[in-house]
Amino acid sequence: MPDLANRQKPRSLNRRELLKLSPLLVVGAFAIPKVRAPLLAAGVNFTDWASAKWFRRDHLAPTFADSELAPMEKFYVNTYDVDDPEVDLKKWTLTVSGDVRRPGEYTLAQIQSLSKLTQNTRHICVEGWDVIGRFGGARISDFLQFVGAKPDAKFLYVECADDYYESLDMASALHPQSLLCYEMYDQPLTREHGAPLRLRVPTKIGYKQAKYLTSLRVTDVVPKTGYWEDQGYPAYYGL
Amino acid sequence: MASSNCTPIPIAAVEAAESHIRTAHEHPWAVRLCHWLNAVSLFVMAGSGLQIFRAFPSFGSKIPQRDLLHVPKSLALGGWLGGALQWHMTFAWIYVATGAFYVAYQIFSGNYRQSLIVPRDRAGVWPMIRHYFFFGRKPAQTEVYNPLQKMAYTSAIVLGLLSVLTGIVLYNPVQFSLLASLMGGFHWARVWHFCVLCALLLFVLGHLIMVILHGWNNFTSMLTGWKRNPEYMP
Repeated sequence: MPDLANRQKPRSLNRRELLKLSPLLVVGAFAIPKVRAPLLAAGVNFTDWASAKWFRRDHLAPTFADSELAPMEKFYVNTYDVDDPEVDLKKWTLTVSGDVRRPGEYTLAQIQSLSKLTQNTRHICVEGWDVIGRFGGARISDFLQFVGAKPDAKFLYVECADDYYESLDMASALHPQSLLCYEMYDQPLTREHGAPLRLRVPTKIGYKQAKYLTSLRVTDVVPKTGYWEDQGYPAYYGL
Repeated sequence: MASSNCTPIPIAAVEAAESHIRTAHEHPWAVRLCHWLNAVSLFVMAGSGLQIFRAFPSFGSKIPQRDLLHVPKSLALGGWLGGALQWHMTFAWIYVATGAFYVAYQIFSGNYRQSLIVPRDRAGVWPMIRHYFFFGRKPAQTEVYNPLQKMAYTSAIVLGLLSVLTGIVLYNPVQFSLLASLMGGFHWARVWHFCVLCALLLFVLGHLIMVILHGWNNFTSMLTGWKRNPEYMP
């Protein structure tokens, strides 16, 4: 044992050695209620920042064979308020505003006129459960081109018929698998799954997949981040 | 060394008495700091992890949901899912930074020789198990850590690494899709993450029992680094 000095220990060393552990007091800051909240917020923001750094726009989320799909009836319906906000599907339009050249009301037919992408991807809830589902819709990137969105805008902000709201960073919104989804399992969206239009972004956590969309805004500044985010959940939460 | 408020002892007597005391500096400063930092962050990670698990205490499907076990609120940290995520995502970085610093320190200082199990330790593991669990004779202690201890500490480091890797996959299963597929996908990564937690808790339990059994002198060595009269010193 060459590392172990077989020598006498001066008594004052004990105190000095203990003092060397004082950096531990830094984590003690988490015990102070006033400091705790900003520290935890900083931690979550740092984690979000790392997640945004790891994001690669050309890296695709895994897709699955039809045999791996969960059946439609086993796709859990998660709502924060009502399963059916009673959208009038006949009169429905998507209100587009913000940094776009052609703002206004867009019909479902217009969205469906864009090329359709249908994919089996994994939906992951922040609670921990996951389900592989089949989603069809128009690429958000195609739609943004369609409405003439400012190419370097920072966010997409959506509002829903049930007063839910969400925001997406533009890089995630423009990802080739990010959809304005109007079909699940090759059928038009059912009311509880967000008829007539929802977000389907396989590079994001479940609460970002807003349902019953009513408006879409292209903007550099979001008024709020999202229904759950504004209560303390991570704002970015990329998968 | 004169103390003002107790009976004076002749210096010679002190020296004579102390000359029997042999001390060893077992734990460098960096190791002690990492140990206690990790004790805190592991506690926070386990507590907040259990609170997160309470949101969906199952490894099966959402429909139908069969809960695996009920984690009592008293074992959970963070109060609610969002709060627990905040703790988990914050302390994850402290946990990772501590682990990375510890491993780097061990490698560059050469101190890993003290705690890393190597092939020649193999023969000594079973006699220690026999001593602890089956009343076998206690093998002579020749080093700071006995072979069973080295095995436990080495596996704790491996478990720490696995907890981070499975955790990264749970947080970013798309960006780390290759790592995720090695674990059988997101769904299985969640199972492994939980298994690693159970193994770590088992390690902590055994560790705490040993700390209690081996007394104050052993305990304070993790605070000051010094151990008085260690067994392996003549």
